[in-house]
Amino acid sequence: MGADGAASDGRRDRCARAAGDDSVTLDEILNAPSPASQWVLDSDCAENGLSPAIVKEAMRSRIAEMRDSVERGLASAAPSITGMVGWNAKGLWDAPDVLQAPLLRRVQAYAMAVNEENARMGRIVAAPTAGSAGTIPGALLGVADHLKISDDDLVMPMVLAAGVGKAISKQMFISGAAGGCQAEIGSSAAMAAAAVTELLGGSSRACVHAAAMALMNTIGLVCDPVGGYVEVPCVSRNAFFAVHAVSSAQLALSNLESFIPPDEVISAMAQVGRMMPLELRETAEGGLAQTPTGLAVTARMEGK
Amino acid sequence: MTLLDMIGPVMIGPSSSHTAGACRIGQVARQLLGQIPTHAEIGLHASFAKTGKGHGTHFALIAGLLGYAPDDARLPRAFEEAASADLVFNFETADLGDVHPNSARITVSGNGQTVTVLGSSTGGGVIEIVRVDGFKVSFSGGAFTLLTRYHDAVGVIAKIAGLLAADQVNIAALTCDRDKRGGNAMLCVELDQSLGEAAQKFLLSWPGMDWVRMVRPVMDAGIVAPVLLGTTA
Repeated sequence: MGADGAASDGRRDRCARAAGDDSVTLDEILNAPSPASQWVLDSDCAENGLSPAIVKEAMRSRIAEMRDSVERGLASAAPSITGMVGWNAKGLWDAPDVLQAPLLRRVQAYAMAVNEENARMGRIVAAPTAGSAGTIPGALLGVADHLKISDDDLVMPMVLAAGVGKAISKQMFISGAAGGCQAEIGSSAAMAAAAVTELLGGSSRACVHAAAMALMNTIGLVCDPVGGYVEVPCVSRNAFFAVHAVSSAQLALSNLESFIPPDEVISAMAQVGRMMPLELRETAEGGLAQTPTGLAVTARMEGK
Repeated sequence: MTLLDMIGPVMIGPSSSHTAGACRIGQVARQLLGQIPTHAEIGLHASFAKTGKGHGTHFALIAGLLGYAPDDARLPRAFEEAASADLVFNFETADLGDVHPNSARITVSGNGQTVTVLGSSTGGGVIEIVRVDGFKVSFSGGAFTLLTRYHDAVGVIAKIAGLLAADQVNIAALTCDRDKRGGNAMLCVELDQSLGEAAQKFLLSWPGMDWVRMVRPVMDAGIVAPVLLGTTA
């Protein structure tokens, strides 16, 4: 591509190679000096001719947009157009914490808040997609708020999340129509896992293994949205996979690793995506969408 | 693809492929026509046809034709806005062949001109334009993109490349297609900077040059960092 690979510091060779490849691999991020986010930022900017300051400022504003969508979602119980979702985030947020697990509840509520705003056609940040938009704010903002970490400290972990997403998208399409839900929620969970790991001081290696463990445990997940709407199971699925991402970070921060090398996990997922029948790739022709209740919703909405 | 495509776009829900990506395909079609169309015929392929209704694909495409970005609050009201803008449109289901399941073919017309665009929304709001007026092209809307249609002849691409070089514009990627030897050809050039307006006019004045369009970026990196990407050129 047109970038000339000039880096602002001593990692010039690495950046030039990344620019020539047109994208990074998880293995390259794993081998980068910690924190991994700095290397991701430098190599992306070298590739695309953007300034690191502008990218960081854009990430900062996106974190603010995410926070805004979390707040709107937690405050509203207004139903979506179909009436299938809309009150879940607020319902959880207002309920007693019977498990006495405030981190768990916060992560789940934040994630659902974003996806319920999305279902109401509100303003959200796709991360990497709109259907999976709650996972990263759920995991990253949830953990940060639980530990009283400021939003300024989330900028570079968010850069790393984006870099992990880019490495995944090098091998596979990030859309339910192309690769099933694993391609969307698996990607968002891997991105979130890496970001949370870096936020809590994890090395480049730990961050990438967190991503790989999150990814390998979503392989095979189908995209079967009821009526074709990004609501059921998408809203609750973001709550589950935000927690999944935090679990993955916990394992990686304890130096547990994925036995299968991270880039091999991506290619396994891409292979499963290619094997997945069309009925289970966002067409609403299989799974939950074809249950009697799912079909009834479809019929009701077609009548409108 | 940049980091801003993975955390982003900021958008009106509910689907990055079906809503934000669809809007961007519409934005490109509008730019290729050069104005808000008065008429649009839209063919929806596979997943766009099957689940587009639930995802707001229809109004997102129309919003793009009106020039709205994916985060424009007017996006859900695009049909009403189209009526005010005298844009008449029609949707149908279409088999567009071996393309991504989230694809649309848009034929827009207005002011005596017509352009047909085939675009795919490949995930997370990322798009790929694969055909313009039936010619194979390949561009993502991440950069300034020059499209020209001309009579196929020896040396045309060299002349265009020379004009770009004279204007200090760097070529990032290039595709060319023609209907037959000596027939009509289309050149699609992704650029690191915009070609100046005077150079665009000069290009259009060449014998055998039928049509010239400069598509501005619709992806965030090009919008967030316009100076770096050369809107000042």
